[in-house]
Amino acid sequence: MKEGWKELPIGAIIKEAGSSIKFETGDWRTRKPVLNKEKCINCLFCWVFCPDSSIIVENGEMKGFLYSHCKGCGICAEECPVKAIEMVKEEV
Amino acid sequence: MPFDLKELSKEKDLFAPGHRACAGCGPAIVMRQIMAVAGKDTVVGFATGCMEVVSTIFPYTAWRVPYIHVAFENAAAVISGVEAAYKALKRKGKINKKINFIAIAGDGGTYDIGIQALSGALERGHNFLYVCYDNQAYMNTGIQRSGATPLGAHTTTSPAGDVIPGKVQWRKDLTEIVAAHGIPYAAQASPSHWNDLMEKVKKALETEGPAFINVLAPCPVGWYFSPERTIKIAKLAVDTLFWPLYEVENGKHRITYKPRKPKPVEEWLKEQGRFRHLFQEKNRWIIEEFQRQVNERWERLLRLEEASL
Ligand code: SF4
Ligand code: SF4
Repeated sequence: MKEGWKELPIGAIIKEAGSSIKFETGDWRTRKPVLNKEKCINCLFCWVFCPDSSIIVENGEMKGFLYSHCKGCGICAEECPVKAIEMVKEEV
Repeated sequence: MPFDLKELSKEKDLFAPGHRACAGCGPAIVMRQIMAVAGKDTVVGFATGCMEVVSTIFPYTAWRVPYIHVAFENAAAVISGVEAAYKALKRKGKINKKINFIAIAGDGGTYDIGIQALSGALERGHNFLYVCYDNQAYMNTGIQRSGATPLGAHTTTSPAGDVIPGKVQWRKDLTEIVAAHGIPYAAQASPSHWNDLMEKVKKALETEGPAFINVLAPCPVGWYFSPERTIKIAKLAVDTLFWPLYEVENGKHRITYKPRKPKPVEEWLKEQGRFRHLFQEKNRWIIEEFQRQVNERWERLLRLEEASL
């Protein structure tokens, strides 16, 4: 955000929808999810349970994680019915 | 027809990443599941609370639909105004498409502070859906008890210790209070049973007139559990009958999911640090009292369902 206060819209209006994506929360993570593609059955339970919209799905196929935003909660690994996601320690 | 996750996941998430909810936040999951069904032709009115605070930290917003936040107590009043304006524009022929109006608030903004605005909007009969994400305390200000906090729960304003064993009162049954307004649709849901939740959202949005859904939303911070357990804990609340999944459609009660073999409520309590003290010998009676109240409410619900047939 480069604008000074004079350029900001009045009344706390935010004009750009979904701008939070510019704020990366991935560095909150202490553990990170890793996908084992061989095991994955594309049930997408990880997608429906992710609090951070950080499961990447393309045409119904689970592709991996949005590491720039994933906070490492581990819900996807916990809920995956075939244990295709493993939580590993985050390397800094 | 069950919802197809392959289809739903093709659409862009209307609740964007980069919001500042804690890792494993139950309410954030609830937001995503609701919005996946509601779609982009939706206006959201919000009360103050965790989801408001984390999703709209200026100059960012996680919302990809029009969103309006005014105060803690008036999410229902604000969305009433928006809906009334829409009706006026429609009458004048200035707008034509169908738009969903959804007010969202936590338990603080619904059970306590916003109940008057909610009751008024229900009585006036606006065409809207009100969703309460019930995380059972004022989490964003530091875990203070609310009218939704269950018996025996430790919060910072009902601290478990020598003086009191956590909260000494039972919680309000808000879903029944709302249903008593005689609105066309009221329901209770949980993100663990996502298809059930989505069906309820769909039904509620198709309903002409006011609709209400109370969604259990586990909070790892205020309930004291490890963040990967959020969905497991939501599911246990359903399986122990603490949080029955049901709907009240035009005055008729229907339980939408009946656990085949209900678990003792202890199994839900023992997963959460806020109930840890209840397992001391001197507090055991609270667990028994808790179970008794859960049983009583479940039996009442069964009777209501039977009377609806
Ligand atoms: S929950 Fe597991 S099996 Fe299902 S899509 Fe995700 S990684 Fe694949
Ligand atoms: S305190 Fe609880 S409800 Fe609030 S953002 Fe954090 S996890 Fe979510």
